Amino acid sequence: MNWNVLLDFSPLADNSDKLLSAFWANIRISVTVGILSLVLGTLITAMRVSPVRVLRVAGAFYVNTLRNTPLTLVLLFCSLGLSDTLKFRISHTPSINFFWLAVLGMSVYTAAFVAESLRAGINTVPMGQAEAARAIGLTFTQSLRMVIMPQAFRAVIAPLGSVMIAMIKNTTVVLVASYYEAASLMKDMFEQYGATLPIFIGFAVGFMCLTLPTGFFFNWLAKRMAVVR
Amino acid sequence: MSTVTETKPAPPRAAKRQASVLFDAPGPKARMRHNILTLISAIVILAIIYVVVARFDKEGQLQGKLWKPFIEVSTWSDYILPGIGGTLKAALAGAVLALLFGVLFGLGRMSDHRWIRIPAGAVVEFFRAIPLLILIFFVFSGPPTIANALNREFPEVTAFTALVISLMLYNGSVLAEIFRAGINAVPRGQSEAAYAIGLRKSGVMRLILIPQATTAMMPAIVSQLVVLLKDSALGWIISYEDLLNTGYRQIPTQYGNLIPAAIVIALIYIAMNLALSYLATWLEKRSRRSRKSAAKPIDVSTVPGAGLTGEAPGMPSA
Repeated sequence: MNWNVLLDFSPLADNSDKLLSAFWANIRISVTVGILSLVLGTLITAMRVSPVRVLRVAGAFYVNTLRNTPLTLVLLFCSLGLSDTLKFRISHTPSINFFWLAVLGMSVYTAAFVAESLRAGINTVPMGQAEAARAIGLTFTQSLRMVIMPQAFRAVIAPLGSVMIAMIKNTTVVLVASYYEAASLMKDMFEQYGATLPIFIGFAVGFMCLTLPTGFFFNWLAKRMAVVR
Repeated sequence: MSTVTETKPAPPRAAKRQASVLFDAPGPKARMRHNILTLISAIVILAIIYVVVARFDKEGQLQGKLWKPFIEVSTWSDYILPGIGGTLKAALAGAVLALLFGVLFGLGRMSDHRWIRIPAGAVVEFFRAIPLLILIFFVFSGPPTIANALNREFPEVTAFTALVISLMLYNGSVLAEIFRAGINAVPRGQSEAAYAIGLRKSGVMRLILIPQATTAMMPAIVSQLVVLLKDSALGWIISYEDLLNTGYRQIPTQYGNLIPAAIVIALIYIAMNLALSYLATWLEKRSRRSRKSAAKPIDVSTVPGAGLTGEAPGMPSA
């Protein structure tokens, strides 16, 4: 009997430097995608709530397309389709190129979900708030800045937090876009040491260290900023 | 609390004037501005479409011979339909198992016995917090390795089994939280009244709470099943024969038409998911119309509780 498969944590300790750099790749992607998807998602939301019909339709098309396509396909399209077939290269260094392609794929995908949460947030603001703001003579920007956005923003924190947590977990899928991160490292370690329980636990805990604090943070923020109605 | 009697919302006086939270009903000036904006945005969108199509054309992706396989019967019968079959098979098996897992652990988490509640909660929180992909890798190659080292026989885990088990564990944990939220969404008076008329714990659950919670949970459950269907595409990584694999690996290998294949496959996925989402919307409307349940429809994104890693509505792990 060889109990090492259940108890031996030494492969993790031996590769601690690789582990750190692999998780650092996930963190890098998460942060970049987080920022880009927020920017893009806000833009899409602005389109979806605008009074211009063409923009509304385009925004809805974007969200419905990306939301219903598997991320695996989006990322594969970025690596095989955009880079290899369409010769769309962001950088000539392969590692940088694949990093940005992975970020691009994840950002356009996540932006669809960000846009949905933001729109849901705007919809939670009761119509009466806007009518009252107009009635006391606030202009469009004033009512947006002082009445609607503060309320919408607060309602959006919790759903946005869920989107970000799911995004962090999704960074493992960039494996298919040929970018090396924690899931790729786990796969390699499985090949080298066999698929042992300690290796899996190690990586699972690694991801929990990323997702749980993010969850705590957004929960805390959402509770703190909640609007009482 | 206002003591003023609630007045009904005024009937829409003019249907063409629609004010939203953000924008007041447009006057003549604003309408003019909107028309100009419409023109500008239409031009910008057309320009974007033109740039994309031009790029496709430049790399020769619009040639008829790349698209032709998709109007041939053999492509559909040999690749796409078996692929759809594989995806649906994995998704269906995963969905059924995930629902069972969800009910079991959702109820387990609400148990009065601490020795059931805590382990069930730990399992649910663990599987919700880790990426589905590393779970798939471990389920795929873990059990045989471990059994081997312990000198036991263990049949090799097929890609299908690994995918289905992982989908069950991950989505089942999310569903467990939805079930718990659904049961908790039933007002307390309902169970108090049930106890008052002499029902036991099992009777309260079976006759009062579950029927009402089901109505409230239905939309959230269906949107989680959409997520599950999309997640099944991760089977690509362990070479499961699903739609993504047959459509995006096998067809392009044969015909070298990566871009057309991606577009067709994406359209099929979108159609499948939209069909499921429409079902969800329909169920939601239906559950709102029949006022039999005292519980409000729950939203996955606001599933409360110790769940710190909540899922956004329809936000999948893949």
